[in-house]
Amino acid sequence: MANLKAIKRRPRWYNKIGYWLQHGDRIWKALLFLSSLLIVSLVVWIAWRLWYQSTLSRHQFGWAFISPWVPSSWNPALDKFQAWPSIYGSLITSVIALILAIPFSLGIAIFLAELAPAYARPPLNYMIEMLAAVPSVVYGLWGIYVFLPLIVVPIGEVIAKTAGQIPGLTTFFGGPMPVSGLSRFGAALILTIMITPTITAVSRDVLLAIPQSQREASLALGATQWETIWNVLIPYGLSGILGAVILGFGRAIGETMAVTMVIGNTTGGGYSILKPGYTMASIIANEFAEAVSDLHASALIEIGVVLFVTTLLLNAIARWLVWNVNHRTMGR
Amino acid sequence: MQNTLPIKMEIQELSVFYKSFRALNKVTMPVYEHKVTAIIGPSGCGKSTLLRSLNRMTDLVPGALIEGKVLLDGEDIYDPKKDVVDVRRRVGMVFQHPNPFPMSIYDNVAFGPRLYGLKKRAFLDELVEKSLRSAALWDEVKDKLHQSGMALSGGQQQRLCIARAIAIEPEVILMDEPASALDPVATLRIEELIFQLKERFSIVIVTHNMQQAARVSDYTTFLLMNEERAGELIEFNVTTTLFTRPKDKRTEDYITGRFG
Repeated sequence: MANLKAIKRRPRWYNKIGYWLQHGDRIWKALLFLSSLLIVSLVVWIAWRLWYQSTLSRHQFGWAFISPWVPSSWNPALDKFQAWPSIYGSLITSVIALILAIPFSLGIAIFLAELAPAYARPPLNYMIEMLAAVPSVVYGLWGIYVFLPLIVVPIGEVIAKTAGQIPGLTTFFGGPMPVSGLSRFGAALILTIMITPTITAVSRDVLLAIPQSQREASLALGATQWETIWNVLIPYGLSGILGAVILGFGRAIGETMAVTMVIGNTTGGGYSILKPGYTMASIIANEFAEAVSDLHASALIEIGVVLFVTTLLLNAIARWLVWNVNHRTMGR
Repeated sequence: MQNTLPIKMEIQELSVFYKSFRALNKVTMPVYEHKVTAIIGPSGCGKSTLLRSLNRMTDLVPGALIEGKVLLDGEDIYDPKKDVVDVRRRVGMVFQHPNPFPMSIYDNVAFGPRLYGLKKRAFLDELVEKSLRSAALWDEVKDKLHQSGMALSGGQQQRLCIARAIAIEPEVILMDEPASALDPVATLRIEELIFQLKERFSIVIVTHNMQQAARVSDYTTFLLMNEERAGELIEFNVTTTLFTRPKDKRTEDYITGRFG
């Protein structure tokens, strides 16, 4: 009761202002609205600057800049630029990384969330999170000195000798594998290792968030643990797992440092994954500091535009997929 | 009268431990075939533990330990040689909160049959319809079988879970407070359903609600915690007898609302 009296004794103007501000709620609302506005304007600003600064290149090369059907040449000395090889490099390394990382990560996630004995979970979880936190330059260094010669080169040689010999597949798997191991394949494998912890950690959390009642319902129908995981838990968490995969893809396509260190950095190289190449992110990182001519800088910025649009498109597709899954399974 | 009835399950001296804590102390009772057996008692007296030990859902709790026997048609379900998958196929379960799977109504009902290898479309169609009819849900969902089961109302979801449980033709159905999360109308529908289902199945139902036990069950078990907080069976009898002429003073106190 004492408190109530204190409120009544406040001056009239104080109460009026308090009423008008809804006791601070309005201030908070305005602050939060401003911060979300900041995000939107940041995206718009980046997009606009990229678009504006790539004008020179866009006018010079037009759609041919990103076309796969134009003979590609990237020659700063002659001021000739064409982006397809680096676009291809980004897509092929990220897609291979995803294909390899998804089953691997999902397996670890299922093990960590459903099967691992209680005492094994904390150390394993800790290590997964550690792996996700290793700086990419460290992955790059380790890649050059350990991973490429020890693992990538032998596997690459096997691929060149097997799939590379099959007529239709030579384009994509043709050798020989570079002795150094610097190649799109090397970059793809490094990316696999880099995105596995991300996909694992997120899908593990998705699985752990599934209500126990779902497991009980399935087991009570006489399902085995595996049937429960495969038929109930994976469908239940599908939209979340898709989100994890997209997060991994975003990380793979935007990864710069480690890829630059192991991909070989050349703009030729045809389509074979065993050849060195470039990705969009790595060509920007590698050449921007040395871009002397305005057209060179502008072309690199246009690659930035392409990267930006690609990620936006991927995100849109991902959103649609998640919505679709949710609609089908959860009815919302 | 009791001696002539066929016994479906027999619980003998059953104790359940969670690590060192004794949750249930030497419970002995029968489950009669094609009858509804209710388990009542105050919160924490081990009702759910008793129910869950009847299809080995207690296996899921780390550190749970069983003593005594649970006979299903004379065979101990805790026999190490017994296949838990087979036990759960024969003893189905409906949970307190409706838990349909995140898939279509049809797939929810067909889930169990598909586990057992039934894939033929025509057969599944028929089975799904039959199960949904038995669960008094068919008329409400027949036009939207391929919409998500999670989009149904709470009462419909619970009847979907019942349809899912009976689609594999179990012999016993365990119900863990199946109506406690539902509104009165939906509760009434579930109770009517239980009345119909006992023609085909033996039913064990845990309920907080004594009126519900009196309405739906043929037999009633009353559990109570002892001094060590372990659940003990106080009285088992024909429902009408237990509610009108309880033998034990504690049963009388409970059903007249003196505690709990």
